[in-house]
Amino acid sequence: MSDLLAVVIDGIIYSSWLFIMAAGLTLIYGVMKILNIAHGSLYALGAYLSASLVGWWLAGGHDPYGSYAMLAAAALLVGLVMGPLLERGLLRLMYGRDEVVLLLITYAVFLILEDVIKLVWGVDSLYVSQPYDLLGNFDIGELSYPVYNVVLVGSAVVTGAAIAWALHSTRHGKMLLAVIHDREVSGAMGVNVDRVYLVTFTVGTMLAAIGGAVTAPTLAVSAGMGVEVIVLSFAVVVIGGLGSLGGAALGALIVGLVRSAAVHYWPAVELFSVYSVMAMVLIARPKGLFSTAEARRI
Amino acid sequence: MKQLVRVWLCTAFAVFGMTAVAIAQAQQPLKIGIVTFLSGPAAGPFGVPARNAAEVLFENLNAGKLPAPYATKGFGGATVEIAFVDEAGPATKQVADFRNLAQRVDLVIGYVSSGNCLAIAPVAEELNKLTVFFDCGTPRIFEDATYKYVFRTHPTATMDSVGAALYVLDRNPKLKSIAGLNQNYAWGQDSWNDFEAAVKMLKPGIEVKTSQMPKLFAGQFGAEISTLLSSNSDVIHSSFWGGDLEALILQAGPRNLFKKSTVVLTTGETVMFRLGDKIPDGTVIGARGMHGVLAPASELNKWFRAEYLARYQVPPVYPSYHMAQAILGTKTAYEKAQAANGGNAPTQDQIIAAFENLTYESPSGKVQLAIGKGHQAVQGTAYGTSKLVKGQLTITNIKSYPPEKVNPPDGVKSEDWIKSGFKSK
Amino acid sequence: MMDHTLRVLLGVAALLLAGLPFMPQWLAFLITLALARGLVVLGLVLLMRTGLVSFGQGLYYCLGAYAAALLDHAAGIHDAALMLLAALLVPVVVALVLGLLLASYRGIFFAMLSLAFSMIVFGLLIKTSALGSSDGFNVATRSIFGIAIADGYNGRVFMAATVILSGIAAGALHHYLNSHLGRLSAAIRDNELRVEYLGASVRNVVHLNYVIAAALGGIGGGLTALAVGHIDPDMAYWTTSGEFVFVAVLSGTGNVLAPFFGSVIFEAIRTLANQYAPNIWQMTLGLAMLAIIMFLPAGLWALFRRKTRAA
Repeated sequence: MSDLLAVVIDGIIYSSWLFIMAAGLTLIYGVMKILNIAHGSLYALGAYLSASLVGWWLAGGHDPYGSYAMLAAAALLVGLVMGPLLERGLLRLMYGRDEVVLLLITYAVFLILEDVIKLVWGVDSLYVSQPYDLLGNFDIGELSYPVYNVVLVGSAVVTGAAIAWALHSTRHGKMLLAVIHDREVSGAMGVNVDRVYLVTFTVGTMLAAIGGAVTAPTLAVSAGMGVEVIVLSFAVVVIGGLGSLGGAALGALIVGLVRSAAVHYWPAVELFSVYSVMAMVLIARPKGLFSTAEARRI
Repeated sequence: MKQLVRVWLCTAFAVFGMTAVAIAQAQQPLKIGIVTFLSGPAAGPFGVPARNAAEVLFENLNAGKLPAPYATKGFGGATVEIAFVDEAGPATKQVADFRNLAQRVDLVIGYVSSGNCLAIAPVAEELNKLTVFFDCGTPRIFEDATYKYVFRTHPTATMDSVGAALYVLDRNPKLKSIAGLNQNYAWGQDSWNDFEAAVKMLKPGIEVKTSQMPKLFAGQFGAEISTLLSSNSDVIHSSFWGGDLEALILQAGPRNLFKKSTVVLTTGETVMFRLGDKIPDGTVIGARGMHGVLAPASELNKWFRAEYLARYQVPPVYPSYHMAQAILGTKTAYEKAQAANGGNAPTQDQIIAAFENLTYESPSGKVQLAIGKGHQAVQGTAYGTSKLVKGQLTITNIKSYPPEKVNPPDGVKSEDWIKSGFKSK
Repeated sequence: MMDHTLRVLLGVAALLLAGLPFMPQWLAFLITLALARGLVVLGLVLLMRTGLVSFGQGLYYCLGAYAAALLDHAAGIHDAALMLLAALLVPVVVALVLGLLLASYRGIFFAMLSLAFSMIVFGLLIKTSALGSSDGFNVATRSIFGIAIADGYNGRVFMAATVILSGIAAGALHHYLNSHLGRLSAAIRDNELRVEYLGASVRNVVHLNYVIAAALGGIGGGLTALAVGHIDPDMAYWTTSGEFVFVAVLSGTGNVLAPFFGSVIFEAIRTLANQYAPNIWQMTLGLAMLAIIMFLPAGLWALFRRKTRAA
């Protein structure tokens, strides 16, 4: 029985991380129809900046609990700088082009950012485990988990709730939903689509950076860390249904639990678990779990 | 018709552009191409420490500043120029880059990835270009084929696993169970298979609790750590490297995995200076040979460590030693061939003849190209256990094993050698 | 009767074959590799003209390479012609089966499902230690059509084979695109429903195009395996597939010659960047890509077309 409990706990921790990544991706895709490959680099950027800021904070001899504020600051900074920079400076010039061209632009950005990160931070990995170690452990049965994992799950829940609230209960959120539903009509109804795009991309970028910031203390921030994340979060988003926040949450939960069960019960198939789940979901429901019907154009 | 002309002009332009690049590199002193990871996840732990070692060595070699027996300037008096190439990217890219590099340099030293070594070896043979592998681990290179132009100046990965098996049993002869945590690709699979086979051969009836194989660069090992914690194994073997290894230490340390089981990190030495006090006491640390802190004391090693440390503010790690070993081996072969040639610059065939079955001194002790028809090196290996002394990570209980105990004899495949109960022919 | 594209095709192929004996080996290799990859991209271009983008074309590239290599590895057959035949047949059979499913997918879902399939095959190959896991294994070729290849001439023989096969494939596809079925592809991209109302089966056309693309991918993979002499599962990894999409978009989908031209340019940029800026070659590639997307919206091929029109 304790085995099953461990599967669920490990799965939920992993899902939380996946969800934060996937939420930004699905939001950007829903509104702008861009599958943002640079999402992985922005995640890495968030992690690198967090490591630097926390390192600087602790080196200054400040209160170690302030390092959590540094994580938040790093995510905010990456979102507010990189989001508008990429949207205004680059993507804006390309709207109206094919979906696949926009995807390639983000691929180019990904390549460029990989080298930028290398030029700024070098090839050696960074680590700042203080925020991870600071809170101590809790025990479940014979297994011991760091309390930081609760912070991780908590930030995923808070992030999800905040986006859901913003989308459904604020004026701007409703406008955004309108744009997701039909860009042309909402433009005609007076929604400032331009601004919605800017805000969406900035929020999406910030979510990627939050993903990086909350993960940074748990691992070595190292070159190439963004690559693996990209396809993984694509898979989550596609399983859930593109452009759906609830879908991203469900997709993250499924992928997290399946992976954790594979590790515990059948480690040999861990490598396939995510892609097999994606293939099976797509075969059963060709547009993901939470898909909306599309009007047929004649 | 105008379109036709334009296509031709463009094609011709592209072709001439590339040819011009090739011609611009006229043959000057002695040119050596160095291929190692300059970007991607393998750059930090392996590629860059190796590149740094190459820079330290060649700069000092060209100035004639190395201690004996390497005090001659450059290679036999000739200055050496080096050109770096990034090893990142798939094997097709490596082959293309190697073909390009081969016509610009006299010889090539390189390759960390086993897949790349396997792909490059036949190409080196086809192009008749002397190529020295400096870090890749797979035993398949000289076990599945015979090469004239290819050398490897360090032992295969089999030594690392067999050495680890010997060490854990030496430290705890009552060992009852083992478990594994390795990356799911050739290196991880081979390392675990060799370790498992060697332990089972040395102590029949041992129980294998679980073998975890997460995807390469997964970065998050929460579920794997839980499984290992509940497996209650005496020993956990891991050939993790780079970011994955650091992540494992950071994630498993606070969860007391290292207290519950003895964890063997076969490439642990690469992160010991970076993670320092994060590595819990009692962790078994390997360096894929007698490198770094496990190296025998010698003038050469003292000089190498001091020079490297002064220049990069961090001590050299085993990939740096592997690189030094490859460079010094090539230098020895070159100078031996030069002497046999009456002091004139030797031909490539003469260097190869001198290289085969060579024995020479490196910062990590004696290197013997004893197997693979004289193209594959053997060396002894060592393992040690970590202990924090006043906040400083030190390695205690160092135990070393002679070459013949951890390497198969010439002509025997590693796998068969382990299965035969380590027979020395 | 010969149209413009075919004339250019023949001209360039003849030029390459004539230049072959005088080319340095590394250049011949680079062109071989670029053209072999160009074949894969040609398949993607066909799919794109049907309105589909596959993120999993590496699957067929890899299957073709493994099919060719396994003849050598497992069956002891070292004949290039037979190996290439295997590289063609295996992907076609697999595509016929997978196509049954994929033919009803569109847009991002087609892309992601094809990606899932290629990643599953990647995982299977990584798991198969008999085939060298992630390290792959080497491929040796001794003859072509039963005629032994002399030592040191492998590279030139493969380049000649690649030039000829690329020429045939490009010519045939050009013919196909101008045929009734080929023109239906473009119609499907514009509006599927209308095509159905016209009485044509969208499913069958998509399925056929998917199989053709797989065949081209397989041949490209087979040629790569022969030329490189080594294969590994990376050929099915998503970054490989991504690179193909990247070259397809950079080249432009207007002409069957564009993929080959784009592929050669891509290899050239990559080689030069790696040689002169080994530390920032990814950034160089990314910037070059952005410049092309920005200034040549219809792809590299527009370099020729636009000027022709102006003249």
